[in-house]
Amino acid sequence: MTAYLLGRFVSLALSLVAASLVIFLVLEIVPGDPASFMMGINADPQAIAALRSQLGLDEPIHLRYLGWVAGLLHGDFGMSYTYRVPVADLIAERVVISLPLTLYALALSTIIAFPAGIIAAARRNSATDVAVMGATQIGVAIPNFWFAMLLVLVFSINLRIFSAGGFPGWEAGFLPAMKALTLPAVALALPQASILARVMRSSLLDTLHEDFMRSARAKGLTRSQALWRHALRNALIPVLTIVGLQFSFLLAGGIIIENVFYLPGLGRLVFQGITQRDLIVVRSVVIVLVFAVIAVTFLVDVAYAIADPRLRRHGR
Amino acid sequence: MSAHARRTGIVSAAVHHPAFMAGIVLSSIFVVAALLSFVWTPQDPLRLDIPGKLRTPSLAHWFGTDHFGRDMFSMIMVGARVSMAVAFVAVGIGMLAGVPLGLYAASRRGSLVDEFIMRGNDLIFAFPSLLLAIMITAVFGPGAVNAIIAIGIFNIPVFARLSRGAALSLWTRDYVLAARVAGKGRLRISAEHILPNIVNLLIVQGTIQFSLAILAEAALAYVGLGAQPPLPSWGRMLADAQTLISLAPHMALFPGLAIVVTVLGLNLLGDGLRDLHDPRSRRTRP
Repeated sequence: MTAYLLGRFVSLALSLVAASLVIFLVLEIVPGDPASFMMGINADPQAIAALRSQLGLDEPIHLRYLGWVAGLLHGDFGMSYTYRVPVADLIAERVVISLPLTLYALALSTIIAFPAGIIAAARRNSATDVAVMGATQIGVAIPNFWFAMLLVLVFSINLRIFSAGGFPGWEAGFLPAMKALTLPAVALALPQASILARVMRSSLLDTLHEDFMRSARAKGLTRSQALWRHALRNALIPVLTIVGLQFSFLLAGGIIIENVFYLPGLGRLVFQGITQRDLIVVRSVVIVLVFAVIAVTFLVDVAYAIADPRLRRHGR
Repeated sequence: MSAHARRTGIVSAAVHHPAFMAGIVLSSIFVVAALLSFVWTPQDPLRLDIPGKLRTPSLAHWFGTDHFGRDMFSMIMVGARVSMAVAFVAVGIGMLAGVPLGLYAASRRGSLVDEFIMRGNDLIFAFPSLLLAIMITAVFGPGAVNAIIAIGIFNIPVFARLSRGAALSLWTRDYVLAARVAGKGRLRISAEHILPNIVNLLIVQGTIQFSLAILAEAALAYVGLGAQPPLPSWGRMLADAQTLISLAPHMALFPGLAIVVTVLGLNLLGDGLRDLHDPRSRRTRP
């Protein structure tokens, strides 16, 4: 167990190093110098040079990379070129919107998908199954940002139940804040719920053919008793992998959805960073998101090792 | 079973597979609209007609007009062309780079090269695809070509992993062993014996990736990082529609439906191809 976890941890660390290198280098080749961008087109070349040295832009590339990583390890992301505040503060301000949004969507996706997949599998080939599968086919095909627009049209403009965008802040109270996140979370969750329901169904159907299910029926359990007591637990393993993967989809999908609803989260921060050439902000947000994704993958692996001893022995 | 009998068997199975047939019909609408747009659209999709803006659907403008009075139906036809081109080239890049990588990795199983290729793949997978695409377009600037590159890069590991996995199981087959005994090299075996046997699998996956690429292109265009105006694109049309949604809901409705119909069609087609390709699932499907 320890060897397995250690192996996964080393792989986690290597992925992070590789990811930070890629992010650093990719953004290094962005055309446009942040210093001249900040000073405007009429700036004095000497002033630009002074700002470059103040921002540390005139140091050799490997020193800048190492400086950036060393800073990251201390939670120091550097100063934003445009906001002139620590990037860590900007991220902390935004993450309290993006993370709850992602978790809210993940919860919705699971709450919708699990019963849908279980019912479809339990009543295989029935009208219910066909309806659920048909709905998930359409759910997978709907772009979440378009679904978001339809939700705004129906629930904000016509029914006036939810606001069309913006975020009151957590200080306005838990319920108003959650209400503002509801439409974005639903829009994010629907396509993912469709995928998850399909995985749940097929995973359950695979399990229903296993020998232990026949034994369970033979010892007198009804079909649904056997399904609830034995099949479900075994079917959950592949489903949990997908739930883990969905975290990263939802986190990244949030970038687009935040723009639909004008939510001041990490996604909007990235876009503002891109348009204002504030590379240090873009770089930091991207590394934070990638770190979150890699860490969740690691946690899913650990959860597996705890749930399924076979994985520990063979490694992966 | 003769080749002819097998072929008629597949054709009859295809005709009796409703999802597959629905997929063919829906995907055909998309392809025909895209191809037809080269020679004919009901109106000039770029012609501005400010007095005739935001018209609801009518006989003259089947899907209505947008905020510049442009004909939405014609724009959607040209948008289909853009979506198709971006998705086609992006999936092509993924296949052309990914399949050789995967085949090579499988032929050198366990070697450093194999390990290196697969870890590189893991790294791309760890990046949320959309984030990667946004970063790439941020670096190289928005536009259809950069959208293609961004989506294409993410397709590489998909095909590399798929072809490696499929090739690994083929390498243990007797006919591959026979080819090795006959003195054929690894590359030649990969090209002559492995590749032809995984083509079906690649086509199925290609269809799925094609539909994902269309969704990705729409998302990038929606945030302004895809095809640039005046070239119509579905995602861009939706972005334009957003601020006018209470005034002109039709502007949001039709481009969105175009995406849904196309993606749905391609997904059904992909599922159908998979069923037909794998007789086991053909029997167990309703």
